[in-house]
Amino acid sequence: MRSLRWKIAGHGLALVATVLLGGFLSATLVRLAPGFDVDERELDPHLNAQSVQALRDARHQDRNVFKFYFSYMNRAAHGDLGTSLALGQPVRTLLRDRAPLTMRLLTMGLGLAWLLTLTLALSAAWLRLSVYDTVTTVVSGTFLCLPAAVLALLSVLWNVPGSLAIALIVFPHTYRYARNLLVKAYSRPHIITARAKGLGEARILFWHVLPVVTPQLLAVAGVSVSLAVGAAIPVEALCGLAGIGQLAWQAALARDLPLLVNITILVTLVTLLANSGADVIGHVVRGQEA
Amino acid sequence: MSFWRKLACVALVLVLGASVAANWLAPASYAKQFRDATNAAPSRAHWLGTDEIGRDRFARVLYGTRISLLLAPAAALLSTLMAALIGGLAGYLGGVWARMAMALTDLFLSLPWLFLLITARALMPLNVSPLVSVLVTFLLLGLLGWTAAARVLCTTAGALRTSDFVRQARAVGLPGQRLFWVHVVPNLKPVLYAQFWISIPVFILSEANLGILGLGVAEPMPSWGSLLKELEGLVSVGEEPWKFVPLILLVVVVTSFQLLLSKQEELPA
Repeated sequence: MRSLRWKIAGHGLALVATVLLGGFLSATLVRLAPGFDVDERELDPHLNAQSVQALRDARHQDRNVFKFYFSYMNRAAHGDLGTSLALGQPVRTLLRDRAPLTMRLLTMGLGLAWLLTLTLALSAAWLRLSVYDTVTTVVSGTFLCLPAAVLALLSVLWNVPGSLAIALIVFPHTYRYARNLLVKAYSRPHIITARAKGLGEARILFWHVLPVVTPQLLAVAGVSVSLAVGAAIPVEALCGLAGIGQLAWQAALARDLPLLVNITILVTLVTLLANSGADVIGHVVRGQEA
Repeated sequence: MSFWRKLACVALVLVLGASVAANWLAPASYAKQFRDATNAAPSRAHWLGTDEIGRDRFARVLYGTRISLLLAPAAALLSTLMAALIGGLAGYLGGVWARMAMALTDLFLSLPWLFLLITARALMPLNVSPLVSVLVTFLLLGLLGWTAAARVLCTTAGALRTSDFVRQARAVGLPGQRLFWVHVVPNLKPVLYAQFWISIPVFILSEANLGILGLGVAEPMPSWGSLLKELEGLVSVGEEPWKFVPLILLVVVVTSFQLLLSKQEELPA
């Protein structure tokens, strides 16, 4: 119990450090971005010298590095993530509008990927046929050799949903680990003995195999979230899906650094949370098993 | 060496050889436009047809392969050297240095690779000359791709630090710097070789992803990424199958590397 608390505290600390580091990076990039400390209203010929000076004084606070960072972090803590340079909208609004589609895409994509992974890996472990093993390995290996963006393009060409493209990008990575774990678990002496004694496959799976492989599969599941989030960029950009991946791509093309860095921090937090969650659950499962 | 590894070697040598000999094999320069033959189908003059502005596709595939196949190993070398320097040194020094290096690599690894790449690429100017865009793309891959390798090297160097022969060398008064270069680094070589070979297909695929997204090598310079971008305009697979040649070539090369890697991974760590 105590080690679990330490584990959760460690992950919490990592999340806080990421937010602080990300905020610092974001503020630095905003400061370095083209157009910082420039107000186009100064070019308005209707304004007199005093008005222009007043505009410059209003930005005076931002010139002090420490005040700038403090006010930036303070605003970010209150949910004000700045304004997108390219789209001219608050970053918070853009993220809020596009997050649901990405979440739906990722959830469905990951669900499909794991369904495919577990089905093929379990059947490979059960059947133990070299032909079947070769075919599944070749199929997953071929998908592994295809760039994610090509799979996204092919999904457009064949008119299949973006979630399937994400599933096919994630699947070869998870299949390799899951297959090896399950084959190794099924070749353990006590499982071979249980099979020889005529124990049912379902009972062997749920009582003897899953408790052994679950912590490692959970770790792979954590990593698969990171893979799926990365795959969301080409899939959303090339399939014309208005999610966070497409937003990141548009921000990169327009060099909209404040928006891009905020998305990157958000994505890092999501993947860190997924990995931390998988690690903590794995720890609990291992503890119960012990 | 098994049959499949031999086949992989032959495929790689053939593809690399053809790309290096592009100056002699290609019917024209990769940028030359045949204005009277735009979007042409394969013919004797243009084996893979021409693109929408009349450039010979076969020539572009050869030159693009050369760029991807020569610069991906260069980026892999850079990332392996960085991993050796950061991971190897941190593991050898141990203590707070190793913890700091691990925390940094964990932070990098928690970020999806493509997100990290496009963020870093966006920080660089996009409207640069084609040659600079090639260098920027592969330099970025090399500078950002060291983290996973550094983690492995840090652990390996940490194990070496506490091994008997290093302790004995330290006990006889060998200076730390000499100990690192003479006893630790040579023992890291197998891991370094493996990491170098692992990085090459990863970087080839990453460049292809960046190119398709329009953040890779700039026109008119060809690369596998920019050549694959042509697939975007296809309506059906059977319509212009010759446009799939760069993709087939990429899959063959990456598969060949994977087949060879299965041998490399068996090297002692």
